[in-house]
Amino acid sequence: MDWINAVLQGLLLGGQYALLACGLSLIFGVMRIVNLAHGVLAVASAYLAFWLVQLTGMPSFLTIAIVIPVLAAVGYAIQRGLFNKALRHGELSPLLVSFGLAVIGANLLQEIFTADSRKISIGDLSTSSVELGDLRIGVFSLITLVVAVAVIVGLQLYLSHTRIGRAMRATKDDPEAATLMGIDERHMYALATAIAIGTVALAGVFLGMSTQFSPTYGDLVLIFAFEAVIIGGLGSLWGTLLGGLVLGVAQTVGAQIDPAYGVLAGHLVFLVVLLFRPQGLLPKAVVA
Amino acid sequence: MSSTTSLARQDLATRDLKVVRGGWPSLAGGGVLAAIVVFLAAAPWFVFSPGDVTNLVTLFALIILGTTWNLMAGYGGLVSIGQQAYIGAGGYGVIKLADVVGLPIPVAVVAAGVVCALLAIPTSFLLFRLVGGYFAIGTWVVAEVFKLVTQELPGFGGGSGLSLTAFQGVDRVTRIATVYYLALALAVLVVLATYALMRSRVGLGLTAIRDDSVAAASLGVAVRRSQRLVYVAASGGAGLAGALIAVNGLRVSPDSMFSVQYTAFMIFIVVIGGLGTIEGPILGAVIFFALQQLLDSYGTWYLIALGAVAIAVVLLAPKGLWGLAARGRYEVFPVGHQVYPQGSPQVAKSVDFE
Repeated sequence: MDWINAVLQGLLLGGQYALLACGLSLIFGVMRIVNLAHGVLAVASAYLAFWLVQLTGMPSFLTIAIVIPVLAAVGYAIQRGLFNKALRHGELSPLLVSFGLAVIGANLLQEIFTADSRKISIGDLSTSSVELGDLRIGVFSLITLVVAVAVIVGLQLYLSHTRIGRAMRATKDDPEAATLMGIDERHMYALATAIAIGTVALAGVFLGMSTQFSPTYGDLVLIFAFEAVIIGGLGSLWGTLLGGLVLGVAQTVGAQIDPAYGVLAGHLVFLVVLLFRPQGLLPKAVVA
Repeated sequence: MSSTTSLARQDLATRDLKVVRGGWPSLAGGGVLAAIVVFLAAAPWFVFSPGDVTNLVTLFALIILGTTWNLMAGYGGLVSIGQQAYIGAGGYGVIKLADVVGLPIPVAVVAAGVVCALLAIPTSFLLFRLVGGYFAIGTWVVAEVFKLVTQELPGFGGGSGLSLTAFQGVDRVTRIATVYYLALALAVLVVLATYALMRSRVGLGLTAIRDDSVAAASLGVAVRRSQRLVYVAASGGAGLAGALIAVNGLRVSPDSMFSVQYTAFMIFIVVIGGLGTIEGPILGAVIFFALQQLLDSYGTWYLIALGAVAIAVVLLAPKGLWGLAARGRYEVFPVGHQVYPQGSPQVAKSVDFE
């Protein structure tokens, strides 16, 4: 029963990783940029929500309505102001710029909010659960998983069925041809980043509600999100969901063996996938 | 191609053009560097306090880190953000080799570097399945695995780490001097070895990979093999630096030795100095070291400033400070060739053939 429980908790944890990873997947899918500031932006979102609750006493979930637009605007600005310029210097430059952003972000958070751990309060919701025989399913984890699936379905529909989504995919496939068709490449890239960072913001607030976070927590977020993307398969949002679930299960089953092995087990599953199935579990099943 | 055309070309090359690699300006630059090294070797006896000498070991370790990270990222096109894996392995390795195996410190430091290079070979086969930015984060995952495994291994001190005991009973001056000269010698050797590599046939291929890896591959450069070579060499270098940091600080802990902050430092050093040049990382390491000594008390603001400066340099001066100063025309370590019309090297507009 412990093992079944570990797998179940892993699936629920995986929902959080999938939610954290879709922004990374989307930015890579459209622009081929690996955004090393991904984790820091997620943690910054959690801090912003935390600060809003402290300042105004507003309900925790309501902060999402403010944090997502703010972070999406930040994402637009970062793409327009930095990444688009860096892309002109080749593929190393965006990577170095995003690493610089990650260093700045983590240290700014530390300067403003100190290194103390924080958590966004969600009252009874953090402890309430539904019982399923001997198993207990945390309501909040379940909500996170549902939100993750909803975000991924939403992104897929957006990319395939809207005018801007189609323009984004066209830009991804061939920026020059898309420009000839009257698409503003820089604006498309910035919109894609804005949407991606918007999902990161949502994921960050959920992260802050479920666990203790500190300014350096972004490092782990980036690594877990990246592992989910690679395990699932590059360029596939459904793959990212699957990758997140696999990573979550690996960590909880590892922790069941010995609490110290949780994170390590996740890394090892990632390396095993890299060794035997480097294209990921669901490569390009649905192209993002 | 007929023999006449190739003869004519050779004729043109020998009669009308002069091909220069380096020349007296480079020799002069090299002489200045050599003088600085001699000064550094003599300095502990009359200038520096023991504290300064210990600090300078950090500078030499940074030069090794910058030079080898640049070899990998600047020439090989492999941006790793996980070299702290080998910095940590080198640090822990040297303590085990000196305290448990009983090797003399200088031998243990070099052996730790060799161990790290060997560790990098199997790791490269895993990581080379990833390209670009995904390679970068993959290296970080490997570094995390190294750290977590080190914490769990029996006899490695868990989360609190290890202390070096091999220096017990050695007086302080001898200890500091040993580490200082070892670090100076290794920094000089690593820079010279990088220079020798870049002047070789492999280096020519690496220069081509730096400029355009697809074009290099189409011309027959063994891109993957060259990249593996620099990854292994750079990991050995990171191991040497980690070993020096450990014998200088006398203790290691997982959080300090496997810290991603080292990657931030390496990127800063190489980007500020000049990616893809031998001189750049040395210049970058000196600037970084000076800033660190001056601004360390500002803590997080200092790191924020480093990040901002690095972004500005990537976007506004992608060739770094050395690139701004030398404009590609001057090399202390001449790797490229310059072609002048015969007889008037000073007035001619040179063409670079690296």
